[in-house]
Amino acid sequence: MSTATATRTQRLLPPLMRQPSLFRALEFTLLGVAFSFGLSALVRWGYDLHPIVDATAAAPIIMLAAPLFFLVGLGAFDYWFYWAAGKKTRAEDHSSHGARSWKDYFRINTDHKVIGIQYTVHSFLFLFVGGLMAMLMRAELAAPGRQFVDPNTFNGLFSVHASVLIFLFIIPVFAGLANFVIPLMIGAPDMAFPRLNALSFWLLPIAGVLMMASFFMPGGSFASGWTAYAPLSDSAPIGQDFFTIGVQFAGASSIATALNFLVTIITMRAPGMSFFRMPLLVWANFSTSLLVVIATPFIAASQFFVLLDRSLGFNFFDASQGGDVLMYQHVFWFYSHPAVYIMMLPGFGIVSEVLAARARKPIFGYRMMAFSLLAIVVLGFTVWAHHMFVSGMQSWIRLPMMVTTAIIAVPTGIKIFSWLATLWKGVIHLDTPMLFALGFLTMFTLGGISGVMLAMIPLDIHVSDTYFIVAHIHYVLFGGSLFTIFAGVYYWFPKMTGRMFDERLGRIHFWGTFIFFNATFAPMHLIGVQGMPRRVSDYSEQFAGWNLFISISSWMLGLVSLVFVYNMVASWRGGPRASANPWRALTLEWQVSSPPPIFNFDHLPTVVGGPYEYGVPGAVHGVFKKPEVPVATAGATAGPPEEGA
Amino acid sequence: MRRGNRNIAGAIIVGTIASAIGIAAGLLIHWFPTAASTQAAPIDTLWDVLLIVSIPIFVTVSCVVLFSVKWFRMRPGQEQDDGAPIHGNTRLEVVWTALPSILIASLVVYAYLVLSDIEKAPADPAREMHVNVHAQQFAWQFEYKGTNGKTVKSDDLYLPVGRSVKFDIRSDDVLHDFWVPAFRMKIDAVPGIKTHYRVTPNKLGNFEVVCAELCGLGHAFMRADVHVVSGNDFSAWLAKAGEPPAAAGGSQTAAVDGKKLFTEGNGTATACGSCHTLADAGTTAKIGPDLDKAIATLAPAAIRKDIVDPNAAIYPGFSKGIMPADFAKTLSPKELDALVNYLDKVTSK
Repeated sequence: MSTATATRTQRLLPPLMRQPSLFRALEFTLLGVAFSFGLSALVRWGYDLHPIVDATAAAPIIMLAAPLFFLVGLGAFDYWFYWAAGKKTRAEDHSSHGARSWKDYFRINTDHKVIGIQYTVHSFLFLFVGGLMAMLMRAELAAPGRQFVDPNTFNGLFSVHASVLIFLFIIPVFAGLANFVIPLMIGAPDMAFPRLNALSFWLLPIAGVLMMASFFMPGGSFASGWTAYAPLSDSAPIGQDFFTIGVQFAGASSIATALNFLVTIITMRAPGMSFFRMPLLVWANFSTSLLVVIATPFIAASQFFVLLDRSLGFNFFDASQGGDVLMYQHVFWFYSHPAVYIMMLPGFGIVSEVLAARARKPIFGYRMMAFSLLAIVVLGFTVWAHHMFVSGMQSWIRLPMMVTTAIIAVPTGIKIFSWLATLWKGVIHLDTPMLFALGFLTMFTLGGISGVMLAMIPLDIHVSDTYFIVAHIHYVLFGGSLFTIFAGVYYWFPKMTGRMFDERLGRIHFWGTFIFFNATFAPMHLIGVQGMPRRVSDYSEQFAGWNLFISISSWMLGLVSLVFVYNMVASWRGGPRASANPWRALTLEWQVSSPPPIFNFDHLPTVVGGPYEYGVPGAVHGVFKKPEVPVATAGATAGPPEEGA
Repeated sequence: MRRGNRNIAGAIIVGTIASAIGIAAGLLIHWFPTAASTQAAPIDTLWDVLLIVSIPIFVTVSCVVLFSVKWFRMRPGQEQDDGAPIHGNTRLEVVWTALPSILIASLVVYAYLVLSDIEKAPADPAREMHVNVHAQQFAWQFEYKGTNGKTVKSDDLYLPVGRSVKFDIRSDDVLHDFWVPAFRMKIDAVPGIKTHYRVTPNKLGNFEVVCAELCGLGHAFMRADVHVVSGNDFSAWLAKAGEPPAAAGGSQTAAVDGKKLFTEGNGTATACGSCHTLADAGTTAKIGPDLDKAIATLAPAAIRKDIVDPNAAIYPGFSKGIMPADFAKTLSPKELDALVNYLDKVTSK
């Protein structure tokens, strides 16, 4: 009988509305909007508020509920509903695993390799959106006075620029690269929770759409900075809600992915892969995931406080009603300082992989490299108030924060020196991934140095909230994080796409980026110390010369990135086929075909040694045992499995 | 072992020369704005010390990268070679953990000494002057205790040279930050609490107060003038500013200029023209409605209501909460009348 009912219901709906797809997701989203309006109208009717149907009142409910409807429509929860309804589970259900056509990238897909590419491509779209906003800001700042945009739009531009690049580019692009690489590196067939992994990715476009949509709201986009300091954010126009709620989705995505990484790394390593045989990229993402899981709930809380203040008239940050303005900053920075390491540690991992493989040497001081990551995780939680030296908080707390901030330079220094020692007596292949890794070493050192300067309270008092801060953060996140991201994208491009990129264009991209990055951000140190505050659309005449120079450099930097786009797109479509292991690296992801087989390993590897034993005669990291069932054409033991479909 | 001519001594010489040039350039660059307080010198010296310490570190890292590339770059024929299998060196690792730790510890101690120096209370607290700083979107106001015990308010900051002054800083609306770059000191103005710092101006001249914490639309324009004057000039100014309003009002002339008020504000109230377009006043801002269109048909009473209660009626395409709602407080009744008359006159043609 039940089958008969099921068939009947199914016949009532055309297949497009029945099957999980973007189309069904759209239907459900509209349903979610209707539901939110209904709920809001019901409550307003109950409290006798007029008008009963009020788009402004319904907006926060829509922003929270419609995305959940979207995910249901997309099919993110289909299997869980199936399981929760008590139906018989399918132990080996791979129906949504793998990509056989481009369409498979636009649905719920449980294959970590597909998700990794979804993450990476999606993140890079936002890199270019965020970069365009930066260039528009630089157009406004090219000369004193008003050029192109009014102050409200300008404040919106820098707020969305930072939010998009932090929450929709740097954090997720690292999660994307790690998603692709980590199961392969540790010899696992997939992540521990593939369906959660798919859900994690699809939360991101929601955050992206929300943040971008804020530009179309009355009063403009959110304009209180990515820091969204209360009480300015409490009283801002409706665009602020798009940040407050958008961050929740990006944060939920981060937390879910971090849990997934932790469980995968702890429980799914191949036989013989002890913690101290793990590649440092795995160590780096293990450390990052610890940071994410512990810290991210704090930014969620800070934004929920703001949302409650805004939507329901709570007074968390209204001083006249007993609210505490400084509390916002403490809760916010308790996440947002560790977030700086969330945006840096995975890059440390990438650089370790690239340097070892391209200098043909073992990583110098492997164990200290791993321990210094953990030291940064612990110390990272003890320095948050160095962002608040001039906030008016109790003055004694500044001293311990200065000390811990300075101490964190020690494990970071250990890493820099160990990378330098890794180069010594190597055979350095100076190709694009290596150039970006070396560029990172020098530029991140500068960012670290200005970081130590900022830890010194007396200097920080003068340069807080000036362009010196803008320079510092871009040396860390552009010269640091983005350089490692480029290194990683070039390094794993052959593995992800099965194609080689154009080396010559890669070098042009590196040198252009390196030169114009410095031309853009180095002068900001100077104008900052001279007294130009940040987050201003206008400035005094004395800074005009440098600002014009910075603006022109930033546009050149933007132009150079087109070389990267062309190289990636053209090489993916028609680059020469990549071999399984073009870099002759030892880690496991290079021991399978490019791109890897749909289930990663035809037979799981056994790890017998460290990951970077370059130059050690006869050293092997992993071996592939012969399959148990004898095959007629038995191949070599360590040979890569055949090409995936 | 594979290549002979690695001239390490030469590399060290190159690094030393580069560091020397870097430090010289770093010290020659004119980094800071004018120094006008006793707090500035220790901070500027701290910066020089940080430069002297930092530049050799950066040069060392860069030199190791560059010379490694020079010496160990893959030569033709080495395509299949690997480097030397060096896994680590405990002594080296101890050195590069210990040395930076010592360096960092010394810098922290030094920074602490500078901090105590710049925040030190004056030897004679009775001689210290107190100024209340009031921040609001998007203007500063300074309050002094006048000679006759009355409070004296000013939109410009007047300070006597050579005397320690303690600022008590407050905000009514959102966060601001009271920064005088020439004094090197800043602190947030935080709703609900009072924050403080002290400086001792030591140079006569005119400087600028800059708001350094994002506070909304007018943040970039939230500035005020600082006048550091001699002790006698200051006393004279304070006495004059503290005279009954008749004198102050008299000097401003009886008729308030509505157009001037529109384009420049009154020091407390933000200028209308920084957000609104008005052909007669020559302003072109687009944050708020274009007044040539928006109020052309309105009667004076309606214009007045829109100024003092801007959220009551919102012009299409704009939203609530952007225009300051406190013009009834920040404009005197006379100023409000003048502004309404002016607007009515120039928009109803």
